[in-house]
Amino acid sequence: MTQTTIPSPQKPWGTSIAQRLTTAAILALAAVLAGAAVEFSGLSGKLGFVAAYFFFASLLIFVQQLRLRDLAAAKDSLLSSFAFLAMTITLIPIVSIVSTVFLKGYKGIHFGMFTNDMTQASVNDPVTSGGLLHALVGTILMVGVALIVSFPIGLLTALYLTEIRGNLARPIKFLVQAMSGVPSIVAGLFILSILVIPVTQELNGLMGSLALSILMIPTIARTAEEMLLLIPNDLREAGVALGATQWRTVSGVVVPAAKSGLVTAVILGIARIIGETAPILLVSGGADALNFNPASGPMGSLPFYIWKAFLTGGTEEAYARAWGGMLILLILIMVLFGLARYLSGRKVV
Amino acid sequence: MTPTGNSNNENMEKKMQTTKPTSLAAVAGNREQRVPGTNLLGTGLETRGVHAWFGTKHVLSDVSLDFAAGTVTALIGPSGCGKSTYLRTLNRMHEFIPTAALAGEVLLDGKDIYAPGTDVTKIRLRVGMVFQKPNPFPSMTIGENVLSGLKLAQLKKSNTDELLESCLVRAGLWTEVKDRLGEHGGALSGGQQQRLCIARALAVEPQVLLMDEPCSALDPGSTFRIEQTISELAKSMTIVIVTHNMQQAARVADYTAFFLSDGGPGVMVETAPTSKIFSSPTDKRTEDYVTGRFG
Repeated sequence: MTQTTIPSPQKPWGTSIAQRLTTAAILALAAVLAGAAVEFSGLSGKLGFVAAYFFFASLLIFVQQLRLRDLAAAKDSLLSSFAFLAMTITLIPIVSIVSTVFLKGYKGIHFGMFTNDMTQASVNDPVTSGGLLHALVGTILMVGVALIVSFPIGLLTALYLTEIRGNLARPIKFLVQAMSGVPSIVAGLFILSILVIPVTQELNGLMGSLALSILMIPTIARTAEEMLLLIPNDLREAGVALGATQWRTVSGVVVPAAKSGLVTAVILGIARIIGETAPILLVSGGADALNFNPASGPMGSLPFYIWKAFLTGGTEEAYARAWGGMLILLILIMVLFGLARYLSGRKVV
Repeated sequence: MTPTGNSNNENMEKKMQTTKPTSLAAVAGNREQRVPGTNLLGTGLETRGVHAWFGTKHVLSDVSLDFAAGTVTALIGPSGCGKSTYLRTLNRMHEFIPTAALAGEVLLDGKDIYAPGTDVTKIRLRVGMVFQKPNPFPSMTIGENVLSGLKLAQLKKSNTDELLESCLVRAGLWTEVKDRLGEHGGALSGGQQQRLCIARALAVEPQVLLMDEPCSALDPGSTFRIEQTISELAKSMTIVIVTHNMQQAARVADYTAFFLSDGGPGVMVETAPTSKIFSSPTDKRTEDYVTGRFG
């Protein structure tokens, strides 16, 4: 019996150390050349350096590919370089926004802001006095009420489009798509002119919620529709073949199978409206005091808190307060998106 | 051997045995014969002049077949010959496709299931279906899947535990899953999933079970288990099975019907006891198909 020696696992298709070193050398050379260009030519500043660096790096990679392989490979490398550039350009604003909010916002954060409202403080007071409890409560209440209004309507619309598929499905699909492009201020004006002025004659949290619902319904309906379309038709047939009515099949089989997708629809809907400012300013009244009743009296919200600190204040303290509010709002949105990714990643089907 | 074997039949068998290790006719003949109508299962299912359309395309023409209670009937034929469409007319799944249309009668215990005022959900309770691809409900556990029909059709049943066990036993899955009834159906292998779907169909106690190529996505081992299950089930219900596997038809079916389309709508060419279809078919086209000259 001969002993078989088991070879160690290899990746022959991987990048070798020599290739890695060459690439690193090319990128370093490009950086040196870009530095020289900034030093000795009309280019200047960080932006000039980045542009020059990109130019030299893609040029050097192009030349190296041309030398090692052929023109087709060199063109291929050029396309990769441009794709990388486009990715960088997309990333810059996102990274910039998030880092700015964090860097400026952390100064406005202190423990008392979660226990106080702004009745005893003005925006120009030191950030340690007053707080955003009323705004946080207002945002959560208004978004919660908007969700209670929007989710059933959005889900039933999606079910009409995917399960009932009636004659009106195509025009409704088109309208839902068009509605997701409605500017948020139009939603606010709509509630203002159709409910606040002729009927309630009071600005309150409920009016804000209804304005937000107009923005939320299309988001939920579209996402829910996509998620329901992912459910294989086999399951519907299996349910119907067991003697279930269509309604029992939908409620017992299709919707439970799409559960994680519907959770994603809800979270995307919330993320869509949580930072909306225009409709809130128009119809929710905006308050500095804690208000737990959406149906009566003006209600504060995080976007309103930020807006007020920026526009009515003028001191460093007011700006710090506004940036702090933004940080809280941003963290709230990030948590929701993280949750959406986590929940939609756990596919049941 | 076939009870009505004649000399022509035996010659044919010998000829086939020289080319294939086991002839289809021999397979069909060796199978234990069931005597139809010994169980009191109603009078079975009959169709009278069934035509089917999708939009303006005429896909099935004038199919009249009887499925005696307590028998297994295999529908064979090349792809696109309308046999699956025909199967789906038997429990009104055909109308699930928006452009579908139909003519003719499908009689269950003598009553037309397409008669006006018939409750379609009641029909589908009596005529169950197993699909080509195993499709357990992903949001439910194995146990919940088996009993899902009761919940979906809102049937009241006492002792559901007994029903759960008996369905899984009849589907040949009980010993494999009895300790993992709380797991999700997706955790099972393809063959186990298909047997789970059979158990699910059994839970609502149908008279007739339709099977649309139930083994086409499965390995030979799972196929063998499902064929055993079919033979068991045929003692208490009427089974109609669409299959591309002629060996399978020969192994499980009492009767076989051959469907064919010559570019136009599919027609039922010939129906006979399975051993006859595979040994001495009356139609030349059937003989060509079962001997593998085409299709």
